[in-house]
Amino acid sequence: MSTEAPQRHRLEDEFTSEHHVYEPHKVGLPPIGSYVRELWRRREFAVELARTNLRSQHFNTVFGQLWLVINPILLAGVYFVLVDILRSGSRGDEFFAHLMAGLFAYYFVQQSLQQGVRSVVSGGRLILNTAFPRALLPISAVVAAFMRFVPTFLIYIPVHLITGLPIGPELLWLIPIMLILVVFTSGMTMLVAAGQVYFRDIKNFLPYATRIWLYATPILYYAREVPDRYDWMLSVNPLAPIITSWSAVIDKGSTPPLDDMLLACAWALGVFVVAAVFFVSREREFAVRL
Amino acid sequence: MPSASDPRPAIHVEDLSVTYRTSVERRPTLRSMIVRAGRRERYVHEIEAVKDVSFEVPRGSVLGVVGANGAGKSTLVRSIAGILPPTAGRVEVNGRVSTLLALGVGFNRRLTGRENVVLGGLAAGWSREELAAKYDDIVRFAELKKFMDLPMRMYSSGMYGRLAFSVAVNMDPDILLIDEALSVGDARFKRKSFRRMRKLCEADATVVLVSHALQSIKDLCDQVIWMHEGELRMWDEPDAVIEAYTEFLEVGEDAVTMEDV
Ligand SMILES: Nc1ncnc2c1ncn2[C@@H]1O[C@H](COP(=O)(O)OP(=O)(O)OP(=O)(O)O)[C@@H](O)[C@H]1O
Ligand SMILES: [Mg+2]
Repeated sequence: MSTEAPQRHRLEDEFTSEHHVYEPHKVGLPPIGSYVRELWRRREFAVELARTNLRSQHFNTVFGQLWLVINPILLAGVYFVLVDILRSGSRGDEFFAHLMAGLFAYYFVQQSLQQGVRSVVSGGRLILNTAFPRALLPISAVVAAFMRFVPTFLIYIPVHLITGLPIGPELLWLIPIMLILVVFTSGMTMLVAAGQVYFRDIKNFLPYATRIWLYATPILYYAREVPDRYDWMLSVNPLAPIITSWSAVIDKGSTPPLDDMLLACAWALGVFVVAAVFFVSREREFAVRL
Repeated sequence: MPSASDPRPAIHVEDLSVTYRTSVERRPTLRSMIVRAGRRERYVHEIEAVKDVSFEVPRGSVLGVVGANGAGKSTLVRSIAGILPPTAGRVEVNGRVSTLLALGVGFNRRLTGRENVVLGGLAAGWSREELAAKYDDIVRFAELKKFMDLPMRMYSSGMYGRLAFSVAVNMDPDILLIDEALSVGDARFKRKSFRRMRKLCEADATVVLVSHALQSIKDLCDQVIWMHEGELRMWDEPDAVIEAYTEFLEVGEDAVTMEDV
């Protein structure tokens, strides 16, 4: 096949219209407008798939839901004890709140990646038999992770109150920060989901990668405590500015630092755009590679 | 809905080739890529499943597709559905497509029949209202009311096929692509689904039917194509193609080939 295969052009859009033309293409973006429209039209699918997946993991039973909150609390407790021992018992309640809030935000990212990495390769039947925007599959993983994040955040609220951390309108900053985190995570999830099609062992590396990433993110410690010689670690870590902003709001009830917020936005948008272009331009190829 | 006066054929396939690209002996992994970095070997296997096929299907007619296992029938149909991109050539489709490809269409066996119908419908772009309106029809046609809330791994293969068929015909498609779904239904359901397909055709829908049941093909189709090792061997009236095909199979039109075993 020649590399200059004719560019596929579609007279109307790909999924619904009544006139379709399919021509060869290797890599190329479909018309963005209609792609996004079709994606949006099927948003219910992403939500329903997320809900169905959670249900099939038994998170609709009482114990399943309890586990969903007990598990992160236990882990937060374990990490707290660990860090406290390393710090010879100098950590206080506010640190527990800091750690818990940061950990829960981090689990959102981790869950998205872990569910998302399988989303395309395990969508085999659906992909081979239905034409729909494949980006819905990783997005659905992000939705599922968000559904798991919400109850854990509700658990965090009493901890925040009991610890006596500041409460004020500045806490509303958590909403845009969460939004940035969602955009960033959606991008990362699309990357691993598409990557898994080409390299089937990404799934196996992922748990190690997310563990290391957790340690490199100011969650088990405060960003300000990081010694100078490890500064680079935070500056190459896209999650660092996002979590630093998140912690600034949680810990001090202050407006997040402007430079961190700008950096966080830049990372999130950059990763999202690169990932979306990568995913969408390759998705028609997924069916022949499953 | 395309009008009856629309002169364009429902499906127009021109010099279509489709190649699968998979690694057969080993799954593609990062590790193996790193290990053989620098060397130029590639473990990618290419399978030319469809080679240079051209035909067209007029609106309101039924096209049968016959051929041995691995001849490329399913690949051809997937490519008409817009799921597999052509490697070369061109496919033009006029109408709203509903697919019923090989058994188990987009179905996840762990999930219940209801969940599968809902997810499949939403993925195909139905709204929740449309789904709610059609859901009862789907269940009634499939006659599976009692089974809808059981995981689909508890279904028999006939029940599987019935649900799949019922979903596909209830999408009110202009073009219905059916890949071997009918052969598992019992005689009564088969008759019922033939009637339903005829009704669709009278309403100007177009059907592509892939089947090994030659009698069904003979009864239902207006024209038939015979695929052989990815190539279009013959495209003609059902009787002529089936005669040639059965002769090729060296079996003759006995009960075994004609009936759905
Ligand atoms: N997902 C896939 N990946 C790689 N190769 C495939 C894939 N699906 C089919 N093939 C190959 O493509 C060729 C055609 O397969 P296809 O499924 O289209 O045959 P078919 O005519 O539908 O056969 P059957 O009558 O058994 O259903 C076969 O050689 C098969 O090995
Ligand atoms: Mg087949």
